[in-house]
Amino acid sequence: MIALLIRDLRLAFRAGGGFGLGLGFFLILAVLVPLGVGPDPVTLGIIAPGILWVGALLACLLSLDRLFALDHEDGSLDLLATSPIPLEGVVAVKALAHWGTTGLPLALAAPVLGILLNLPGAAYATLMLSLILGTPALSMIGAFGAALTVGLKRGGLLLSLLVLPMYMPTLVFGAQAVTRAAQGLDPTTPLVLLAGITAGSTALLPFAAAFALRINLR
Amino acid sequence: MASLWEYANPVKFMRLSNWLMPVSAVLAAALIAVGLYWGFFLTPDDYRQGATIKIIFLHVPAALMAINAWAMMLVTSLIWLIRRHHVSALAAKAAGPIGATMTLIALITGAIWGQPMWGTWWAWDPRLTSFLILFLFYVGYIALWSAIEDPDTAADLTAVLCLVGSVFAVLSRYAALFWNQGLHQGASLSVAPGTRMDWSYKGPLYLCMIGFVLLFVALVLAGTRTEIRARRSRALMTRERARA
Repeated sequence: MIALLIRDLRLAFRAGGGFGLGLGFFLILAVLVPLGVGPDPVTLGIIAPGILWVGALLACLLSLDRLFALDHEDGSLDLLATSPIPLEGVVAVKALAHWGTTGLPLALAAPVLGILLNLPGAAYATLMLSLILGTPALSMIGAFGAALTVGLKRGGLLLSLLVLPMYMPTLVFGAQAVTRAAQGLDPTTPLVLLAGITAGSTALLPFAAAFALRINLR
Repeated sequence: MASLWEYANPVKFMRLSNWLMPVSAVLAAALIAVGLYWGFFLTPDDYRQGATIKIIFLHVPAALMAINAWAMMLVTSLIWLIRRHHVSALAAKAAGPIGATMTLIALITGAIWGQPMWGTWWAWDPRLTSFLILFLFYVGYIALWSAIEDPDTAADLTAVLCLVGSVFAVLSRYAALFWNQGLHQGASLSVAPGTRMDWSYKGPLYLCMIGFVLLFVALVLAGTRTEIRARRSRALMTRERARA
């Protein structure tokens, strides 16, 4: 399983792997919003938590369709399915690799974009913490969506249609945590709920995703 | 009394639905017609909301069926996954667009009522938001059905989506409550003592609700029958082609 994790990470970091695409998208979004909304620092400060979280959501979505698709095309997914590792484990590892190449860098880069969007100073720690707690759930849910659509020729658009509604609770709790911290309130409750969603989806969704993969490999 | 599982046999299901569908359709039409006539013309206007209150006779039954259609899809998806009865999967497929339409009716009638009452077509209220999200779940479900060619694969994958989607739909409901305080009033109907509605409102409302349930039954039966017939014709065509 560790070998699989290293393989996936290496594939992502290599040229053409798409690492950094999500980050670049995240940065562009943080530049586009002030251009669209106007440069007023007060307005930007109010909407910054929401923009950063929506940006993280969309950036995670970008690389989802290749999570299983490339392995499905060249047949390595069939090999993984027949290997001694349970398919549930494969899904979990692949989601972890996806998180390591999108969610984690996003969480680390978010404070810089927070400055661009004039996020109040009290919220930076919560912003990073909420992204670190919440983005694994995004990768897990995304892995389930990718498993559902892996056999389809043009699954990308359908994937976002399926996955984005399921991202809603994560978005609400994540953005609420940051907003509360920005207003000087205690962000513990949304953070705990966010961690709960991540724990729940990590525990249950690999089984659903592996089930969907087995159907698609039939 | 025959077991419910007998109707997993398409022939028996077709025989049952052959008379059940028209009966429920006619009953639904009668109940909704009487309920709406009673509600629109015989019930007095509300002392504060005037005639706008009367949209409740469409709004509440549609919202009721929007949620229960999803619940029915959940049950039929489970039956399909566990017992592999094709009729069950096809019933879930048929219920999808109907549930989506009911959700849309609830949203639109709500907006029409909300404009004069709340002064706005739309508010980001938890109930409204969760209904919009429910609608998105329906759209995703229907889109997945139409995207996959192999019927059994499609049935399996949409069933899994329905199960996981139900969890997230419920989660979204509570996330929406956490996110914003509501503008939408609480439940007007309740089994608790001291109900707040007069019978001149409750009567037509109950009639319309039963009518919508029957309407849903008739529509799902019609949709399932169509799907079964489509499969039969496809099988026949494959057989013909194999023979030729």
